[in-house]
Amino acid sequence: MEDSRKVMIRLNGIGKVYRLGQIGNGTLQSDLQSWWAKVRGREDPNAMIGQVRRLEGDRFIALENIDLTVRKGERLGIIGGNGAGKSTLLKIITRITAPTTGHMDLYGKVTSMLEVGTGFHSEMTGRENVYLNGSILGMTKKQTDEMLDEIIEFSEVRDFIDTPVKRYSSGMYVKLAFAVAAHLKSDIVIMDEVLAVGDLAFQSKCIRKMLDASRDEDRTILYVSHNMETVRRLCSRCIVLDEGRLVYDGETEEAIRYYSEYLMKQAMEERDASTYVRRDRNITGLCRIEDVYAHETDVPQDGTLSFDVSVQCACSVERMILRLVVSNDAGMIVGMTFSESIRCEEGRNDLRFRFPVHPLAAGRYVCDLVLCEFEEDRQTRHDFVSKILAFTVTENRTYFGNAWKFRSWGNVKLEEVSAERKAHE
Amino acid sequence: MSEDSYHIYVDAKKQPFSMNLREIWAYRDLIWLFTKRTFKLIYKQTVLGPLWIILSPLFTSIVYTVIFGKIAELSTDGIPQFLFYMTGNALWSFFGGSLSQTSVAFISNAHVYSKVYFPRLTIPISNVISSAIQLLIHMVLIVCLIVFYTAKGMLHPNLAYLPALIPVLLFTAVLSFGIGTMVSSLTTKYRDLNFLVGFGLRLWMYASPVIYPVTQVGNGVLRNALLWNPMTAPMEMFRFVLLGAGTVRWQSVLSTVLFASAALVLGIMLFRRAEKTFVDTI
Repeated sequence: MEDSRKVMIRLNGIGKVYRLGQIGNGTLQSDLQSWWAKVRGREDPNAMIGQVRRLEGDRFIALENIDLTVRKGERLGIIGGNGAGKSTLLKIITRITAPTTGHMDLYGKVTSMLEVGTGFHSEMTGRENVYLNGSILGMTKKQTDEMLDEIIEFSEVRDFIDTPVKRYSSGMYVKLAFAVAAHLKSDIVIMDEVLAVGDLAFQSKCIRKMLDASRDEDRTILYVSHNMETVRRLCSRCIVLDEGRLVYDGETEEAIRYYSEYLMKQAMEERDASTYVRRDRNITGLCRIEDVYAHETDVPQDGTLSFDVSVQCACSVERMILRLVVSNDAGMIVGMTFSESIRCEEGRNDLRFRFPVHPLAAGRYVCDLVLCEFEEDRQTRHDFVSKILAFTVTENRTYFGNAWKFRSWGNVKLEEVSAERKAHE
Repeated sequence: MSEDSYHIYVDAKKQPFSMNLREIWAYRDLIWLFTKRTFKLIYKQTVLGPLWIILSPLFTSIVYTVIFGKIAELSTDGIPQFLFYMTGNALWSFFGGSLSQTSVAFISNAHVYSKVYFPRLTIPISNVISSAIQLLIHMVLIVCLIVFYTAKGMLHPNLAYLPALIPVLLFTAVLSFGIGTMVSSLTTKYRDLNFLVGFGLRLWMYASPVIYPVTQVGNGVLRNALLWNPMTAPMEMFRFVLLGAGTVRWQSVLSTVLFASAALVLGIMLFRRAEKTFVDTI
């Protein structure tokens, strides 16, 4: 079953390793500092702490042995958690940075939209920026000339095209930038969640434009997003990245299912909060979530999720609160809630929480836990553990004959609306 | 769309040494737009606008004339002082401006570099071109003065040597480009070098015959050192052709050619190496 379409991108064993010393130290002084600390046998004052898991000595493996072939006209989605290596992969394919291992062939002109409006300069007018942006993205002036009208038309900012873009609203800015990028004459278009910005109508317009481009001009599209809805609409094939490895490659719907299952599994595997590596999230670290345990992870819709959290405190805290940020199985945040405030002593505190799940429709969810101190009208974040608590809401009821439709109704069940027949006066 | 033969190959192991001139040529419109942008941005929201290109060398030359000419009474090889300082300042601004701009190529454009690929060398190249355009504007003023003084019989330019200006400007450009790209590649790791460029350029100016002619420096070590300064030959040659007085020695010419070529090769080598991964470290 050999695919006869022309190969556009071929990656062979592509890997990317960052040396940690390289990331942190920006000045000669700090390099000397690190060196001096090493000489005296002290801890490196510039070392990055607790940031990453894929560490090997002082090396961080961002991507490992990626093999990938993309053919002409394919619309490839790339999904994966934060830090899975999606952006690094795009940066290598767009030649922004070089791989550490492997080699890559590109058989077409690549243009990228890793960020909307790259190279836009606020002092210059919209028109000037179109030319500059176009040529940064690889168009010649003549090509831009030919496309100018179409670009301005698509961007919906015709009246302001000769105004400096610093006077634009962010929406206009995005529209103009996307218009330039979308009209590029290139074989491969790479987008990193640029569609997330801008209003919904414009988002749809963009997706249609990309679909047309792929269909009519046989353009190849690579799209990275956390928004599974746009991935579904746009992509014909999907890969899933996890911790720098390619773990799934295939049909979009399957890939999304694979990814959400993976997300759940990861949370279910009773991750040990005490060894879980905190990413930098502005936390004090004075009080730490040591252990999280849910008694029963299958909760009926009218039931309560009860779970125990043990918190280790370096000082006593009068009013401690636990914030729950609930995401659905596609990784999208559904909602947030607080616990009541509770006193914590210095040392170990065993706390029990009960969370009534009735606003959530049936399905699988995962929580981030944030430990905050409430004091004088403000919160201090002591600890943040992401995706630590997973549970499933079970439900048999139907809604006037319909099962809950997540795709169109979302995950939150709002209060029922009361209805009555008005009495005639 | 692009032809079927379009093919880019990236290998982690190979480190190509080439400027990839064909690719840069394909992006010539971008170089030109960057250059235009530089000029547009410098004078946006100023009252006098592009007039500043003329005003700043004018004022600088007036100040030099007062301080170095009238107060310190430095020799100018018998050339009208104002014109002497004007030419010196023009060529040095070209050199210094292009060097200091190229030396921050990576850092000040990191936000663009890290989001989209285009031949990285386009930015330093456009830096040199915009400095050259500024020089051209200065030259208009200088030529007017030359015509004026020559008519009055106070100046005898060696116009027969006019073609010699081409290598003068070329080597000045190459030297500044080479050193600039070297520094900008190293600053991706060590920001310290930026401070060095700032006052280093100022010191270098005093060590070069910008506000004084080579003849002002007697004999011995100092003169020898001055003759080996790679900026001495361009400076003196520039004045020799335009103003009719200058000391060009073989050491100076050799030094300029050697330093400029070495800086160019080393600069491009370091730049090509830095551009592959600087996004990760900046």
